[in-house]
Amino acid sequence: MSSEAGPKRRWHIAVFLAPAVLVYTALMILPLFGTLKLSLYQNVDQQQVFVGFGNFATLFGDPNWSEAFWRGLKNNFWFFFIHMAVQNPIGIALAAMLSVPALRFKAFYRTAIFIPTILSFVIVGFAWKLILSPLWGIAPGLLDAVGLKHLFKPWLGLEDYALTTIALISVWQYVGIPMMLIYAALLSIPDEVLEAGEIDGITGMKAFWKIKLPLILPSIGIISILTFVGNFNAFDLVYTIEGAMAAPNFSTEVMGTLMFRTFFGHQTQPGDPNMGSAIAMMMFLIILAGVTVYLFLIQTRMRRYQF
Amino acid sequence: MRATGLAAAFAATAALGGAVWAQEVTLTIESWRNDDLKIWQEKIIPAFEASHPGIKVVFAPTAPAQYNSALNAKLEAGTAGDLITCRPFDGSLQMFQKGYLEDLSDMEVLNNFGPVAKSGWSTDDGSATYCIPMASVIHGFIYNKDAFEELGLEEPKTVDEFYALLDRIKEDGSYIPMAMGTADEWEAATMGYANIGTKYWKGEEGRKALIAGKSKLTDPEWVEPYRELSRWGQYLGDGFEAQSYPDSQNLFTLGRAAIYPAGSWEISGFNAQADFEMGAFPPPVLPGGECYISDHVDIAMGLNPASPNKEAARTFLEWVGSPEFASLYSNALPGFFSLSNADITLEDPLAQTMVGWRKSCNSSIRPYAQILGRGTPNLHTEYWVTSANVIRGTMTPEEAGQHMQDALDSWYTPPAQ
Repeated sequence: MSSEAGPKRRWHIAVFLAPAVLVYTALMILPLFGTLKLSLYQNVDQQQVFVGFGNFATLFGDPNWSEAFWRGLKNNFWFFFIHMAVQNPIGIALAAMLSVPALRFKAFYRTAIFIPTILSFVIVGFAWKLILSPLWGIAPGLLDAVGLKHLFKPWLGLEDYALTTIALISVWQYVGIPMMLIYAALLSIPDEVLEAGEIDGITGMKAFWKIKLPLILPSIGIISILTFVGNFNAFDLVYTIEGAMAAPNFSTEVMGTLMFRTFFGHQTQPGDPNMGSAIAMMMFLIILAGVTVYLFLIQTRMRRYQF
Repeated sequence: MRATGLAAAFAATAALGGAVWAQEVTLTIESWRNDDLKIWQEKIIPAFEASHPGIKVVFAPTAPAQYNSALNAKLEAGTAGDLITCRPFDGSLQMFQKGYLEDLSDMEVLNNFGPVAKSGWSTDDGSATYCIPMASVIHGFIYNKDAFEELGLEEPKTVDEFYALLDRIKEDGSYIPMAMGTADEWEAATMGYANIGTKYWKGEEGRKALIAGKSKLTDPEWVEPYRELSRWGQYLGDGFEAQSYPDSQNLFTLGRAAIYPAGSWEISGFNAQADFEMGAFPPPVLPGGECYISDHVDIAMGLNPASPNKEAARTFLEWVGSPEFASLYSNALPGFFSLSNADITLEDPLAQTMVGWRKSCNSSIRPYAQILGRGTPNLHTEYWVTSANVIRGTMTPEEAGQHMQDALDSWYTPPAQ
C-alpha cells in the first residue's frame, strides 16, 4: 500500500495460480503440517499433550524403535540400489534398442514392456506371489523344465532373498517408465548431430556412448530422482506380498511398513498416530534431503545442450 | 381432482413411512467375521427377528486385519454401529476405558457365563464386564482320516508317538506330514506355540505365574515349546517358508497333507472344502503328563454407548446371552464354541470331538492375551515372529526365549508380591 508508483499489479497471476495453490494447500501442505503437529504430541491419559521432540527422541533413543527404523531405512537404500543398478540400466538399454531404426514391431515391444506399469500393485503383487509359490507356482515347474530345479527357493519366505525379490518384482513392474522417458529423449536428438558424428567415424555403440548418452544425462538425472522418491516411499508392494509385518522376520521392512504398523496399529497392537507421524516426518525429511542434494549439487552442474 | 388424488397418495405414503419409522429400530453390528456374513444373514438374524418384531438387525463386518483400526476411527467419528463385536482382552479393555463400550455388569444374562469366559471382557480387577461372551476357539490337530487309514496310522497320544507318526508319514512320502507355512507368521504362534506349548507351562498356572513375575520366558517351560517347534520344519511341505495361510488350508483340503495344526474355526470351511473324512486329536501329552488345550476366549458382543437404540440393543444382547443363541450359534458356526454354561449339543462330529476336550483336558487361554499383550514391543507380535523364526531355523529356541524375556522386561514390571 505504499504511495510509490510501483509496477502495475498483475492480478491475473494470482487468479491463475489460485486453483492449483488451493488444491495443493488443501491436499498436501495442510496435511503435512498436520502430520508435523501430530508428531510433536503424545497421548497421555487420553489427552493429547505437547511433548516437543519427545517422539523423535524415543524413535532414535529407544532401541526397540531405533533398530526397527534403521532396519527400514537400510532396506529402503537396498531397494533404491537395486532399482538404480537394475531398473534404470535396463530401461536405458531397452530405449536404446527401441530407437534403432531397423527394429521391427517397435510399437508392440514398447506397449508390452510398458503395460505392467499401469497395472495395480495389488495385481502385480498377487500375480508374482502365485508365480513364485513353491506349491502352485509356475516358477518351480519352469526351472525344472530347463533342468535348473535345484536353483529354486521359496524366495519370498527367506530372509536373505525376500527384499531383493520384491525389489526385482518392482523393477519388472516399473522398467517401462525409464524406458519411455529415455526413448523420448533419444528421439529428440537431432539427426544432424548423429550424422556429423558419423562423418567423423563415430558409429554404432560408439555413437551411443559418445553422443547419445551425454545428451540424455539430464533425463537420467530426472529418472534417478523419481526412483529415489518412489523407493523411499515404498510400501504397497511389500504390504501386498508380505503383509504389514514385513515377513519373514521383518526382513522386508521398509520405513513405509513401519509407519503403517505404528500409525494404524496391527492385530492386537493398538495404533499410535503420534509415533507414526514422527516416522512419517522422518521419511519426509530424508526424501527432502535427497531431493535437495540432487537439485542443488547435481542438477545445477549438469550441462545442457541446446539445438 | 387429479392433483388432489396425487397429494393424498403422497400424504398416505408419508404417513405410512412415518409409522414404519416409529415402530422399527435397525441395529447395526460391527464385526471382523466377514466369513460369517451368510450365516448371520440367513440363520441368526432371522431367528432373532422372528421372536422380536420391530427390531431389525444388520450385520456389517470389516476385514479382520483392519477391524480394530477401522472401528476405532468410526467410534471417534461417531459413525460406528450400535453393537460392537469385541476382541478379547486389551483391545476391548482400551475401548471400554475410552468410553466406547457400555458397562454391562448389571445384565442378568451374564450369570450364564463362568469367570474364565468373562475374564476376556472384564477389567483387570473383574469389577466391570462390558461385553457378552459369545464363543471361544480351541486348538488341536485336524487330520485326514482316509490318509491315516491308508497308512495304517492311529491318533497319537504322546509327544513321542506324534513325532514317530510324522516320521512314518514322511517316510511313506505320499502325503506331506503337516500343512503349515511360516509366510504369515501368526499360524506358527497360535497353531504352533500356543497349541503345543500349553502343556509345558501347565495352562493357567504357568500363565498366571508369568504375570505375577514368578517365572521367566527363559525358563524351560517357555523354551521347551520352541524346542518342539524347531523340529516342525522337516515335516512341513517344500518351500513352507513362502507358504501362506490359505496355501496351507488348500494343501490340507485338497488331500495333499495328512495333518493340519488347527484352530477350531477351520471346521466349517474344511467341511465345505474337503471330500474326505476328518478327525481331530488334542495336542499330544508329555510322558506321564496331563492333557492341556488352548481354549481361547475369542469373541463377544458389546454396546456402543453412543447408540440411539440402546433399549433394542440391550434386548439383542440379552438374546445373545441366552441358551437359545448359544445352541444356534455353536451349530451354525461349528468351531466357535459357546462360552455359555448352558448344556448344548453339537451336530457336527468334528466340532463335538473338539469341544469334548474341554472335559478331558485342562483349558487355558493364549499366553500373552491378558495383561502381557500390552506395551511396546507387543509380546503378541513378538511371539509370532520368534515362533516362525524357530520353525524356519533362523533362531534357536534359547534365543527365542531370551528375545521374548527381553521384550517383556523392557516395559513390564510384575506387581509387588
